[in-house]
Amino acid sequence: MARLRRHRRQAGEPAPLRPGPAPIIDLDDVTKVYPGGHLALERVSLGIGRGEFVFLVGPTGCGKSTLIKLLIRELDPTEGQVRIAGRNIGALSEKKIPLLRRNIGTVFQDFKLLPNRTVFDNVAYALQVIGASRAEIREKVPQTLRLVGLSTKVHSYPDQLSGGEQQRVSIARAFVNHPPLLLADEPSGNIDPVTSIGIMQLLYRINRTGTTVLVVTHDREMVDKMRRRVIELYEGRIVRDETGGGYTEESTNEFGMRMRAEMGVGPEGATNGEVDELV
Amino acid sequence: MGRLGFFIQEAFRALRRNGAPSIAAIVTTIVTVILLGVLIPVFQTTQAKSNQIRDELSFRVAIYDDATSTEIQDLRQKLLAIPHVESVQFVTKQQALAELGQSLGEKDQGILKELNSNPLPANFIVKADDAGNLDSIRQAVTPPGASGAPQPISPIIQEVFDRNQDREQIEKVTGALKIVLTVITALLVIASLMLVGNTIRLSIYARRREVEVMRLVGATRWFIRWPFMIEGVVVGFVGGLVAILVLWLGKVTIVDPLSNTFTFLAAQNTMSFPLLIGILFTAAIAVSAIGSGITLRRFLRV
Repeated sequence: MARLRRHRRQAGEPAPLRPGPAPIIDLDDVTKVYPGGHLALERVSLGIGRGEFVFLVGPTGCGKSTLIKLLIRELDPTEGQVRIAGRNIGALSEKKIPLLRRNIGTVFQDFKLLPNRTVFDNVAYALQVIGASRAEIREKVPQTLRLVGLSTKVHSYPDQLSGGEQQRVSIARAFVNHPPLLLADEPSGNIDPVTSIGIMQLLYRINRTGTTVLVVTHDREMVDKMRRRVIELYEGRIVRDETGGGYTEESTNEFGMRMRAEMGVGPEGATNGEVDELV
Repeated sequence: MGRLGFFIQEAFRALRRNGAPSIAAIVTTIVTVILLGVLIPVFQTTQAKSNQIRDELSFRVAIYDDATSTEIQDLRQKLLAIPHVESVQFVTKQQALAELGQSLGEKDQGILKELNSNPLPANFIVKADDAGNLDSIRQAVTPPGASGAPQPISPIIQEVFDRNQDREQIEKVTGALKIVLTVITALLVIASLMLVGNTIRLSIYARRREVEVMRLVGATRWFIRWPFMIEGVVVGFVGGLVAILVLWLGKVTIVDPLSNTFTFLAAQNTMSFPLLIGILFTAAIAVSAIGSGITLRRFLRV
């Protein structure tokens, strides 16, 4: 909690979690051709600075998911370099790949929760993987679950939760060890519009702690209302990269209220009051 | 260490959550271990029996009941004179009967009492200095006569017991038995290895999504693998334990009573029961654990 408060002052400006001049994501002339010849990405170059909130949009099959997979090195680029925090991740040995992934929180459209574990254990797993102590787990997991507004569902299993709640668990798992970068692949793809505003608000809250957030989506309306940087892919090429201005300084509550107003929905259906005290 | 505790906890969680495949794996292990536990001693017993006969250094020369003590003394001298004979021991009719009584065991002592007279002949035990010389000594005791038929060196010799014939007979039977048993054992071991491997593969396949998520949150391969390996060890341990219990029950209720009366089963050269248990137990655990580890490799490719 203290950590979140500390970052509040810096939020808004590009506040790096770990100081360094290199952009957190740096794609240099990246081309990906799948076996069989399908060209997924063609000479894509882009840089994303620390603390940014960026949308990646485009129709199905434009290469968005490929790009995410390149960032966590589930795939290797055919040509070009992918650099995370200045390091060429293509040069990482296979043993180092888990270490890379621990520094990148990932949220998926289908949540990818472990069905035989409670909400608490699902989030705790990300900490157990990095060898966190029991005390650390007992401190950080409830703290993160409070942040995402799931304090009352700690002992539920994923199949007892709604889609929006499951996505919150998945976000909590991605954020629990405070990675400098959070990737969200269609986080609101399986969720109704009201709930997805709550998810976006949550991602914005995480962004304000200093974490760089990259959201992949095809929800145009949402992106337009958010007024953040938008990168658009079309058939494997970047066709738009513009910085939306004006709203970088708003608080999470202001953000949520504005979004609901602009989307024309009521204030309910998002997080509970306990959460809003945090940021 | 906390980490080991976590892995063990994970393994038991998986076993609980995947009850049916776990039980299938355990049952397979039980069947395999029981089969091995039965076949290994049987195999060894037949082997030991024929070795025992091969290594025997002596044979017996039976004597007619009406032989006088002078004739007997005379024969002893003749036998001792044969090259390579190390010692000659005389066994009286009474001693022969007592020997039989000893080898019969307690339950069948009654058989001896029912005999009115002693049917066993007095005999000499002729011991050679080396097993390889037995044949030449036997030749010397019954050299071929003028007609070509064997002519014993003394008229009081009733019969020369030829353990060589026994041995050939036993080897003929056990030789065939050995081939059959070897083939059956090999097939069974291969079948059960494949069954265990397949069971493990099924349980991992059911959890491939889980493994995928683990990789995505940055779990190292060994971090994912350990709980599966421990799961395999637990399966092997439980399966081995049950199988050994069954084998022990079988030994106590069936084999032990039999071996009191039936010396063939009590061959001294077979493996001791604790050693057999140790080997089976280790094999059960190792196969399950290694099986899990190898099967996982396919799912851990990045």
